[in-house]
Amino acid sequence: MQISFTLNGRPTNLDVEPATLVAELLREQLHLTGTHIGCDTSQCGACVVHLNGLPVKSCTLLAPALDGATLLTIEGLTGAPGSNQMHPMQEAFREHHGLQCGFCTPGMLMTAVALATEKPDLTEADVRHGLEGNICRCTGYQNIVISVMAGAAAMHDAKGE
Amino acid sequence: MGNVIGIGAAPKRKEDQRFLTGRGNYVSDIKRPGMAAGVFVRSPHGHALLRGIDKSAALASPGAIAVLTGDDVADDGLGSLPCGWGITDAKGVPMKEPPFPMLAQDKVRFVGDMVAFVIAETPEQANAAADLLKIDYEVLPSVVGVLEAVRPDAPQLFDDVPNNICCDWELGDKAAVETAFKKAAHVARLSLVNNRLIGNPMEPRAAIAEYEPGTDRYTLWTTSQFPHVVRFLMGALVLNIPQHKLRVVAPDVGGGFGVKQFHYGEEAVITWAAKRVRRPVKWVASRSEGYVSDRHGRDHVTEAELALDETGKFLAFRVNTLANMGGYLSTFGPNIPTNLYGPLLGGVYTTPAIYCNVKVVFTNTVPVDAYRGAGRPEATFVLERIVDVAASEMGIDRVEIRRRNMIPKEAYPYQTPVLVQYDSGDPMGCLDGALVAADVKNFGVRKAASARKGKFRGLGYSTYVEACGLAPSRFAGRLGARGGLYESATVRVHPTGQVTVMIGTHNHGQGHETTFAQIVSDKLGVAFENVDIVFGDTDRVQFGMGTYGSRSLVVGGAALSKATDKVIVKGKKIAAHLLEASEADIQFEAGKFSVAGTDRIKTFEEIAGAAYVPHNYPLEVLEPGLEEQAYYDPVNFTYPGGCHIAEVEVDPETGTVTLVNYTAVDDVGTVINPMIVEGQLHGGIVQGVGQALFENAVYDEGSGQLLSGSLMDYCMPRADHLPMMKVATHSTLCTHTPMGVKGCGEVGTIGSPAAVINAVVDALSHLGVTHVDMPATPNRIWRLLQNASLPVAAE
Repeated sequence: MQISFTLNGRPTNLDVEPATLVAELLREQLHLTGTHIGCDTSQCGACVVHLNGLPVKSCTLLAPALDGATLLTIEGLTGAPGSNQMHPMQEAFREHHGLQCGFCTPGMLMTAVALATEKPDLTEADVRHGLEGNICRCTGYQNIVISVMAGAAAMHDAKGE
Repeated sequence: MGNVIGIGAAPKRKEDQRFLTGRGNYVSDIKRPGMAAGVFVRSPHGHALLRGIDKSAALASPGAIAVLTGDDVADDGLGSLPCGWGITDAKGVPMKEPPFPMLAQDKVRFVGDMVAFVIAETPEQANAAADLLKIDYEVLPSVVGVLEAVRPDAPQLFDDVPNNICCDWELGDKAAVETAFKKAAHVARLSLVNNRLIGNPMEPRAAIAEYEPGTDRYTLWTTSQFPHVVRFLMGALVLNIPQHKLRVVAPDVGGGFGVKQFHYGEEAVITWAAKRVRRPVKWVASRSEGYVSDRHGRDHVTEAELALDETGKFLAFRVNTLANMGGYLSTFGPNIPTNLYGPLLGGVYTTPAIYCNVKVVFTNTVPVDAYRGAGRPEATFVLERIVDVAASEMGIDRVEIRRRNMIPKEAYPYQTPVLVQYDSGDPMGCLDGALVAADVKNFGVRKAASARKGKFRGLGYSTYVEACGLAPSRFAGRLGARGGLYESATVRVHPTGQVTVMIGTHNHGQGHETTFAQIVSDKLGVAFENVDIVFGDTDRVQFGMGTYGSRSLVVGGAALSKATDKVIVKGKKIAAHLLEASEADIQFEAGKFSVAGTDRIKTFEEIAGAAYVPHNYPLEVLEPGLEEQAYYDPVNFTYPGGCHIAEVEVDPETGTVTLVNYTAVDDVGTVINPMIVEGQLHGGIVQGVGQALFENAVYDEGSGQLLSGSLMDYCMPRADHLPMMKVATHSTLCTHTPMGVKGCGEVGTIGSPAAVINAVVDALSHLGVTHVDMPATPNRIWRLLQNASLPVAAE
């Protein structure tokens, strides 16, 4: 079937098999391999993307659900338009060593940006609870939690300017 | 020009840019022209005879290209998967080593054992074809637990392995231990289980293989921690492919933890298959498939006894362990519960006599091999638990009994009674530091506050040491290693002075691209940004043993340091010629070659330029170019260790254990990048906490089914399970590694399970609880509390 949606800011028209998962569509048909697949039970969160501004596990979503929607993947996460910089959340993860092997990182970032967008004054408990659906095996989460809090603060500072 | 960033600094990681922007290059991201898809068909039974396979319907399925089975492997005369270690029993009799076929022949021995490989145009078509494969099994009873497997009436996995015992291994002076026990004022006894774990790196395993008929060359992309070792084991011992015709690439790898440091049958099958079908073939494991095929870890049943004199001094330690090997011997399998376990039973103590017997046992489970820590967490857990048991029984404070037995700093180098000699250490210093950092003196206040909320609070210690930096080849050879364990590095200085390093270790999260660049930047005075680290490709990197056993910095970093020194030596020769001075008068500092006592200098870039444009150059005595290589074989293991203190709260209503504080003070030797070391400690600790509180691989006895076969059934630590940990280092310098480094990849996982369980037992000790097996789940604790409340248990 034909679907039309906005992918990382660009209008996109595609012919898709209706049974295709969005995670597979991104990786196999659109060659956007930043969205990772770490499990087959929707537990790990490596595939989180933003659908109409909300975080979703793209392994639980079928391609037809994209029709008419706006989709943001890790490849579309950037700093201020035209700045050629990374998003404040990406910068915070680098600054605070919030990643090791990098495999869970795209899903963590997408979840983190959504958390920070939803609640401006995140507490440590909020962040830990909010990351419950994202598994990291490398970091013990400590530096991820620190990164998310710093990234959230930077996002809101940038907004206030 | 960028800056020199040296040893001890904490630059942000070079590798982060690609991971943060979704531009990593993992095996599953790679596509090759004309690529077909492969799926493995695995045994659904723990133990069964394989009567026959009917391929016809599968081959007729849309898109099907080929179906390969054990018969095809046999027809092509291929080898079985090799074991890298050959251990022997007390009499010198070699372990039983039954073949491990890459596709099952005649029999399957665990759920997940590979039976066939189905190749089709797409993964969907391959799965559909695989469903049509008719496999005739005659199901046999399975045995999954070690205690059950050694019973005389147990199902036998192999005809020629009586009682399923692979090897009856021992270490230490049995007679001396028996004598010491006769003199003991007190003997502490403990039976425990070290729970089976599944490593779960977030990236599932994957492989792509391609054969080029024009050159007769093969390329295998694989999620491996040691591509050169895969090339050797698979090429030389399984598929008979000459080394120069086989390229193995391990690009970005999404976590390893040991799970990816073995040569897996999938790698051999897919490489062989790619030539047979003359197409590139790709396989990506699902998480569920990983659960029944990634090598598992731990799984011991142990009886331990500690003999003490009346003052609480340890006189002797005796340990009898049954270790589960699973259905076959994996690459390092038999080495883990023996050589990496027994020699660590001395811990940080002066125990004069130690004896350890390990029966290595086959069962109908996934093969067991190294998982982060590998043998050393098991040894630490036994020792640090029984020290607490002894302290409690003798009425001695748990810190005091440790102090009375600790090796004092001035006693290093210290020869233990179990092979290893510790070169350096300060366990007392780590303990003192941790007591302060954990604010132990105010624990009573916190315990009282918990009690007011109806919670039981406990504190647990683990003072431990491990052996890492694997490994001195000669020593390992005497213990049964069938390969060397050195590392290699090449430092290539370009004509413009930038540097590319080719190193045989593999970076899958440890930050090597940053740490190794710091070493080069520090030593050569080259800007940090002008150093790149290449790894993970046998066509680009000369050779290497890969990354495991906390060896990358200790062994690989040492090779890199040596190669860098050789660059300086050659640079001095070139500088002496250009500056018309004697080589002995040339000094090298901060990126400049100078004549001692003068202001005549040549920069590193000028020397590099001269080496590649040798117009004014001593060509009669010196080759052009500036590239040096070094191999480094360590003279000893390194012995990081430290003190971990865990604090837990137990909710008696639900049995839930909450880790509320965690403090670690570790001796990891010289720290190159403190940010990266902290990250390694955090991650390592949480993997140990996972073992202590959450994780458990459970099999059903009889059917051999894995009951914890998904992330929904196997509980991984999540962000909201954990407090903010305090980690610090208290380093003594390793005396035999070039930079004084000891390694830090595994310390967290080795020290933490005992600290957490000691805290749980402490929290419940007023109820008469003396031991809790891992994982300390709410169910297990709640049941314990129900029994503890009975009058008989209160004693």
